[in-house]
Amino acid sequence: MMGLLQFGSVFFSSAIQAPQLRPEAASSIAEGVDHLYFALTFITLFFTIAIFSTIFFFMVKYRRRTDDETPGETEENLPLELAWTIIPALICAGLFLWASSLYFENSRPPSASTEIFVIGKQWMWHIQHPEGVREINELHVPLGVPVQLTMTSEDVIHDFYIPAFRVKKDVIPGRYSTLWFQATKVGTYHLFCAQYCGADHAEMLGWVYVMSPADYEAWLSSGSPNQTMVQIGEKTFNKLGCSSCHVSDGTGRGPSLAGAYGKEEELKTGEKRLVDEAFIRQAIITPNSVVLKNYPPIMPTFRGQVNEEQVLQLIAYVKSLGSEERNSNGK
Amino acid sequence: MAIHNAHAPGFAHQFEDMEQQREAGSLGMWIFLLTEMMFFGGLFATYIVYRALYLPSFEIGSHLLEVKFGALNTTVLIASSLTMALAIHSAQIGKRSAQVGFLITTMILGAAFLAIKFTFEWRHDYVEHLVPGFGFLIRPEWGAPGAHVPMFFCFYFFMTGLHALHMIIGIGILTVLTVMAHRGKFTPQYYSPLEVSGLYWHFVDIVWIFLFPLLYLIGGRYAGGGH
Amino acid sequence: MSTATLDVHELPAGSRVNYLNAQYGIKSWLLTTDHKRIALLYLGSITLMFFVGGFFAVLMRLHLIEPQGALVQPETYNKLFTMHGVIMVFFFLVPSIPATLGNFLVPMMIGARDLAFPKLNLLSWYIYVIGAIFTLYAVISGGVDTGWTFYTPYSSSFSHTSVIPTALGVFITGFSSILTGLNFVVTIHKMRAPGLTWFRLPLFIWAIYATSIIFILGTPVIAITLFLLFLERVLHIGIFDPAIGGDPILFQHLFWFYSHPAVYIMILPGMGVMSELITCFSRKRIFGYSFVAFSSLAIAIISFLVWGHHMFVTGQSIYAGLVFSVLSFLVAIPSAVKVFNWTATLHKGSISYDAPMLYALGFIGLFTMGGLTGLFLASLATDVHLNGTYFIVAHFHYIMVGGAVMAYLGGIHFWWPKITGRLYPDGWARFAALVIFVGFNLTFFPQFMLGYLGMPRRYAVYPSEFQVLNVMSSAGASILGIGYLIPLIYLTWSMRYGPTAGPNPWGAKGLEWTTPSPPPTENFEEIPVVTEEAYDYAHSTVTRG
Repeated sequence: MMGLLQFGSVFFSSAIQAPQLRPEAASSIAEGVDHLYFALTFITLFFTIAIFSTIFFFMVKYRRRTDDETPGETEENLPLELAWTIIPALICAGLFLWASSLYFENSRPPSASTEIFVIGKQWMWHIQHPEGVREINELHVPLGVPVQLTMTSEDVIHDFYIPAFRVKKDVIPGRYSTLWFQATKVGTYHLFCAQYCGADHAEMLGWVYVMSPADYEAWLSSGSPNQTMVQIGEKTFNKLGCSSCHVSDGTGRGPSLAGAYGKEEELKTGEKRLVDEAFIRQAIITPNSVVLKNYPPIMPTFRGQVNEEQVLQLIAYVKSLGSEERNSNGK
Repeated sequence: MAIHNAHAPGFAHQFEDMEQQREAGSLGMWIFLLTEMMFFGGLFATYIVYRALYLPSFEIGSHLLEVKFGALNTTVLIASSLTMALAIHSAQIGKRSAQVGFLITTMILGAAFLAIKFTFEWRHDYVEHLVPGFGFLIRPEWGAPGAHVPMFFCFYFFMTGLHALHMIIGIGILTVLTVMAHRGKFTPQYYSPLEVSGLYWHFVDIVWIFLFPLLYLIGGRYAGGGH
Repeated sequence: MSTATLDVHELPAGSRVNYLNAQYGIKSWLLTTDHKRIALLYLGSITLMFFVGGFFAVLMRLHLIEPQGALVQPETYNKLFTMHGVIMVFFFLVPSIPATLGNFLVPMMIGARDLAFPKLNLLSWYIYVIGAIFTLYAVISGGVDTGWTFYTPYSSSFSHTSVIPTALGVFITGFSSILTGLNFVVTIHKMRAPGLTWFRLPLFIWAIYATSIIFILGTPVIAITLFLLFLERVLHIGIFDPAIGGDPILFQHLFWFYSHPAVYIMILPGMGVMSELITCFSRKRIFGYSFVAFSSLAIAIISFLVWGHHMFVTGQSIYAGLVFSVLSFLVAIPSAVKVFNWTATLHKGSISYDAPMLYALGFIGLFTMGGLTGLFLASLATDVHLNGTYFIVAHFHYIMVGGAVMAYLGGIHFWWPKITGRLYPDGWARFAALVIFVGFNLTFFPQFMLGYLGMPRRYAVYPSEFQVLNVMSSAGASILGIGYLIPLIYLTWSMRYGPTAGPNPWGAKGLEWTTPSPPPTENFEEIPVVTEEAYDYAHSTVTRG
């Protein structure tokens, strides 16, 4: 009852701001998702109303009038059974194909996306632009350009959710997940954590700022000059002593990393692996799980010495190392 | 309706006759074993996932187990399944002392299994600091895979422990059956408790047949490193 | 307390020996092996757990009328939604219809004197109670805040709350389900009365049978999963914690392998009740008997193949997503078939508006809506937007509350005269059904909208633009809460003051209605021989009596 009174007062006081029915659609995929959503809504309401009204109609038409009346008999009707099995199956098949093809499109980032890095931790979002700008609980992105987020968590599973873009992906400790979007409207949009992660899960909020490309560039270079991720990564690489083994001309105890990113390498176990972000992270945290053929397993682990942000910076640095021919030592 | 069944030994009155009771008991045990398969199955699935992820660590762990005890235990269990089957057969042909004898032998073999496991294997592992949570010592000579050797032993103790728990329950059931057999409760017309318990005992045996190679025989300790 | 046996000559004139008065004393109840008494033991414990879980829900909805939270700290709110979920799922919904109505009716509907293993049945109840005690202990010793889904590594390595007692409580109670399912399957296979072939069985039995398959195959897996969680929390081995080499997503696979089929455990018995209610209150045979029967089995089997749809945004491969998506669409079809068959049963019937029928009709509409909103979630593209939001909360509450709870209440009302020998006041019953229907929709319909707008679930505080819809939902919840209290009151009242019921007050078909109300301990004087098809209303007049 208290709720009813509250409802009444809030409703009337905010009558001019009646709750909107549809979230803003601010990404390239939002309209497509909404079309599917509306189709599903239509089907749901159609069948719900159809069933309810049929029931209501039968309830009234066939209500019991006298206690000893004999009801009619309806024979089993195979064509009818088949019809109402096959028609829903066809509707489901259609929805499945529509939803899946949309999902397929929405899951593959176009090449040449702007890459931004996200680290979730209880209870905030750390955003790292490759150019060096860092944000907390805010994400500035340029309009009209595909943006790919590479994300990981420092602790528990979180989930990066931007309702206006219709995108969401779990952010999982120990691995990288990605999502991409292309913003289509300048504005400010909610960012939520959508996987329960502990006490302040509901406060793990943020804002996404979509700016025109010119404004975005200006914003990136405003404020005190930042070192880019590659520069910080290089500093860390040298500070932690990585450069003593991973000598660029291949004369060190470890393989040269020049051009290493994107190559396929063979491990000591015979398995072949692609050197991507996940591989490099594994090499830093659990080096003995990815020892290359012809190399001794002597790389120490850096677990505990680098946080996820530093790992991403190191990865950025490794990626930046040119594709000069690697020295034959180690092949 | 078979009126004489109302007074047959062990007849339970929710049933119509002994035949229905026997069938119900048998079906009930098979379904129970199906649930046990799902129970152990979930555990085996998790073990298999981590064995694939951490094969080097699991190899180290496996090689620290003594195959001779595992093999001995396997023989002991298979023998006990034989004696269990012979106990049932003795009931079918109405030999009371043979029933009791075979049931007791089955129990002794089951107890032997547990004794070998607990004193020669588990106690040894405890002394050697190979029990996770009870002062596990990661040896430096294991190198980097050493970090995940405790996980192997966690699975080892959980899986063999769960199996041992089922054996202990089985021995308890056998005790009750032995007493009943001694009192002549089982006849060629009525021996379904023996049959149904036999099913349980064979199941526990079969779980071990899977456990032994999965835990003890990983990774070419005899084949000289083939993978 | 002694177990006194009644001397028939001492009974007040006009009463009769039945299962309720055949023996008195607390020992005769706590050591009973009579399936009907065990059903009542469950009824009492399940009702208690329902109101405990419901109390937490009321606190949650009161808290959410203000964006910054009106009632409790976020840490407490997180415990409230967790405990609401754990108690409602594992201690109310999963056992509800099978343990109460199933235990009471399965032997009676098939013409048997009891279940196959009566002592095992009593053991099942004790196991349930012990599990409940562990979980209630967790509640009073500070609560648990992991969500009923216990996702790792939060639950295994980060939460400082009573995870272990809760997990142990659920683990223990699982064995209650397993043994009950085993009991039902054996009973249905082996103890049917002469002439009662499979296709003459009431559809409630088919539904219970399908549910029991899920009990048997699914529950052991959650048992192992929770035990692994327990080990992880105690020993920190690294099974689920990535910081020490574990895989947190493996937990989700293991958890949902049971918990998805579990939701079908929660709805299938309700569907069985529907078939009984619709046929009785339209006095007609069910339309499409074999289709409804096989649909129950199809749902049970396919339910094991769809668990990945809870994990579409965890980064699983697109191809895995496609497989789980298509199977999730597939599982919707047998449910649709049932809804159409129930509706068609009404055609040319003789329909009365007694309270059980009102619950049944409400069920059909609300289950349809709940089920169809499942299609939004089976669709990969929309699930991305809706996962983890209030849309999911609304979807499953439409099915669990709009569906399962309404079926449960409908069944309780329908068989109440048989179980207690008393009639309840139908006017109040119909009124309560209406209040519940209205309160339910007002509570949960706005949540669909909240989800689409982007409000995530499990939020103790929320942006203020979501307030209007939240207040609507909370208003509905207060109505719904009152609606649930009304039957508690008049049903309890009826046990002492209600008019006595005859053997068949609804004029229903079914072997249970051929016995006196309440039935004698042994159910039937003589085991009946069955010659009719199920729901054979057309060929014999059945009068209310």
